[in-house]
Amino acid sequence: MRRVILTIAGTIAGLVALLSFKAHVPTLPSAAVSTTGGTGSTSGTSSSSSSSSSPSSSSSPATVPGEFPMGSLAGTLTAGETTVTGHVANTVYGPVQIQLVMRNSKIVKVAVLQQPMNTIHDIQLGEFAFPKLIGETLTAQTAKIDAVSGASYTSEGYIQSLQSALDNRA
Amino acid sequence: MTGGQTGRLRHAEHVMGTVVSFDVPACAGEAAGLAGYEAGGALGRAVRWLHWVDATFSPYREDSDVSRFAAGAVSLAQCAPELTEVLEACAAVSALSGGYFTTTPGGRFDPSGYVKGWAIERAAAMITAAGSAEHCVNGGGDVQCVGDRGPGQPWRIGIADPLRAGSLALVVAGRDFAVATSGVAERGPHIVNPHTGQPATDLASVTVVGSGLTLTDAYATAAFAMGSAARDWVDSLDGYEAFAITSRGADWQTSGFRAYLA
Repeated sequence: MRRVILTIAGTIAGLVALLSFKAHVPTLPSAAVSTTGGTGSTSGTSSSSSSSSSPSSSSSPATVPGEFPMGSLAGTLTAGETTVTGHVANTVYGPVQIQLVMRNSKIVKVAVLQQPMNTIHDIQLGEFAFPKLIGETLTAQTAKIDAVSGASYTSEGYIQSLQSALDNRA
Repeated sequence: MTGGQTGRLRHAEHVMGTVVSFDVPACAGEAAGLAGYEAGGALGRAVRWLHWVDATFSPYREDSDVSRFAAGAVSLAQCAPELTEVLEACAAVSALSGGYFTTTPGGRFDPSGYVKGWAIERAAAMITAAGSAEHCVNGGGDVQCVGDRGPGQPWRIGIADPLRAGSLALVVAGRDFAVATSGVAERGPHIVNPHTGQPATDLASVTVVGSGLTLTDAYATAAFAMGSAARDWVDSLDGYEAFAITSRGADWQTSGFRAYLA
């Protein structure tokens, strides 16, 4: 269980680190975990959560990469699911907080609890970076893809490609 | 290069300057005689077809029909009849795309923008004709899916993120469908806007989804040359949808694309 939590924390750290890279501010996020008792109970909360934010809890969960909910998914959990909420990461664009829904140690949904809303740069973060990061997290974790479509790779480049990895699945 | 786990037959063939990957369920493979690849089963025929297309249509081979026709050394009638078929189809796509699709990118005769998708769709059809109802052929990033991946399971195709090598932008799912992506990725900018003569730079990549790879791939090439205007253009095409990532990292999709999101 400890290893699972470490992995989860690492994933959140990775997400926020990517975001921080864009924002040019290093952050040191951490995570807290809670589980449902099969009844869909409360989400884990960060001990250092910003008090200025109270995300809406009525959003519907994300179903596709690029289409993600704002606000906690705690009220939408089904049996066996766990939420993991990252600490608030303060970037130059404002506070960022991400929540993951886990099942069997895999990320099944991602929600944004806080994101900057103010400047043009912030809007770009909201429209571009978050969907991409979330899409990447979901696909890396759960995508059982059969093939990859992308601009043509050369015969030499094939060996580096995701398609090559798929062709060589054991 | 032929292998794979129990239950699936996979084969990767280096041909046409790229790698063509075949993915066939073993049960379908047996029905199609694919286990006898070396002995000349349907997979072997499909692979030989691709090499024939390469030898006939490659602009990089001096002795190909395309090169000799381009040089004026032979007439169209002296070439393989498939070249006539391809030229007529190219003319239709060029007209439909307002000239953004062309057989003379950069001024030189080169129908490759049509030939690859056409060759892959036909290779997939050869395996279908041999009795397989479920398989997937990926020609260097342009994918033709036939049937389902398995009972009730759609094929799931990852769209490569052109701005982050090795990452996926999203995943599309479907049955009996084709997914083609044009972009700058590995070879650098190589699609020219025929109206300006300059490399197309609006988009980092555009993915078109449709039923057959031949037109889906040709439309992706046209859409990339078209740039931002491709959104309205693909929306006007019945049965095709598009998803694009702009060179600035934004993205857009046509109105019906979300039906393919996995």
